[in-house]
Amino acid sequence: MSSKAFRPDVDAPEWKGGHSPYDIIKEGTIALVVVGLLTVILATLFGAPDDHEITIKNWANAAPTDFAMTAINEMNGTTTTAGYGAPYNTASDGQKLGPLTLAKWVGVRIPINTEQDFVLGPLESLPYNAQLSSALSTWKSASTSQQTTWVNNYTKADSTMTFKNGQIAVNASNAGPVPVFINDLTAMARSGALDTALVQGGNFFSMDYTKPLLFLSDGGYLAQLAEKQHLLGSQWGMMNETNSYPGQAWLWLYTFWYQVSPFSTSANADVQVWATMMLLSVILLFLPLIPGLRAIPRKVKVYRLIWREHYRN
Amino acid sequence: MSTSIDQQWTTRLRRRVAGKLPPEKLLPDTQPAYVSSWIYVFGVTTMSALAVVIGSGLILALRGPQWWHESSIGHFVNSLHLWSVEIFFFAMVVHLWGKFFMGAWRGGRTATWMTGVVTFLASIATAFTGYASQSNFDSQWITTQAKDGINSTGAGAFFNVLNLGQMLMWHIVLLPLAAVVLTALHVLLVRIKGVVPPYEDKVGEAQ
Repeated sequence: MSSKAFRPDVDAPEWKGGHSPYDIIKEGTIALVVVGLLTVILATLFGAPDDHEITIKNWANAAPTDFAMTAINEMNGTTTTAGYGAPYNTASDGQKLGPLTLAKWVGVRIPINTEQDFVLGPLESLPYNAQLSSALSTWKSASTSQQTTWVNNYTKADSTMTFKNGQIAVNASNAGPVPVFINDLTAMARSGALDTALVQGGNFFSMDYTKPLLFLSDGGYLAQLAEKQHLLGSQWGMMNETNSYPGQAWLWLYTFWYQVSPFSTSANADVQVWATMMLLSVILLFLPLIPGLRAIPRKVKVYRLIWREHYRN
Repeated sequence: MSTSIDQQWTTRLRRRVAGKLPPEKLLPDTQPAYVSSWIYVFGVTTMSALAVVIGSGLILALRGPQWWHESSIGHFVNSLHLWSVEIFFFAMVVHLWGKFFMGAWRGGRTATWMTGVVTFLASIATAFTGYASQSNFDSQWITTQAKDGINSTGAGAFFNVLNLGQMLMWHIVLLPLAAVVLTALHVLLVRIKGVVPPYEDKVGEAQ
């Protein structure tokens, strides 16, 4: 019976040639010293970026109308978070991969009600204020349809929004207590109290910044700052870093897909790009088992450059 | 004749390990003559950079997550952490491409290739959670953007990138542990199987 045929992309010839001395410990030590020194040189020359975080207080003071506009949009349900779907709420099905609604299947695991969690809840945590207390009572005793009417009337007039003398003003009629909510929430944000109130659960200790980060990203201020630092998705931002430092350059392929059609214009780009990258990762993982792909290195012959001394001899 | 000692789990495991990885394979003092190229440097460079990443990370852990924002020494150690990560990925990507062009999975080395790829993917996740744990403007932007991709797969319900505590734990405990274990496994497989020999010249020419 004949032996199994040699498969050049699967089998390797048995090495019958010579050997040369190899000090693995010395090699590892030299490599560690060289890499360590190179790291110290790079760190000394270039340091590392550390742009200070943006607080809700920063945002509301730098762009009070953007903050107030975001607040009313959290109430009328038109912000990204309000209409997100799973894992935050059921406002939409979320992104789809063909017929698959993966996030919706997993469900709401981090419940966020933007009106309650970002606006009314924090206002209720403020010290007693007669006007605000009355406004909250009016709101709670009103029907849902009445609340919606007030919010919609405020929203219709929000193009007239101004900020003067620390006050948010809107030319809205029949908006009920909503003008008080938006004005007081803006004042609360400008004082810094909203940052604390939004941290998950209102506990003394917390390391969960889901709510303040979602609120912050619903406004336009954070994105404006990111654009100046070339961090937007359309600017290949995923592999960039603040102040032109090298960032996660290894994400270049992941970032690349967002720049090209059909992903660049797709409403489901995130899940499509993730699926693409997962597929490519699986192909890379199982590459030794895939005929055709595993033959590429033998056919392109870069190996002759790598082992040029071997082939020369 | 087999004794009771021969049947012990410990004895059998020791013999199995010693058979697969005798000392001369674990710590070799010679190597095949074809191992003669600069491309071989990038494997050991990757491991050295990983050692510096872990070392600088351990120093950062000593003083806690706020230290590097408040102290010039802490900031310098964070710079070491950043640049060693950049060197680590540069070396690992060159190593990966080099191994691809060598067809390094040949000769029963499929598991070596696969552990290398999984280590690469685990390293990307480790680095990402590091960027997410910086607690500065960059991490605010990265996490609020990255959440959409992860949420769209359904994984965001369990892996909440906006939860700083969760990201920090993944970054300093779970993912480094995975990366180190995978790296160790990868290196042991390299030692057991050896470095892939060159393509047979005639085979390479004929196909």
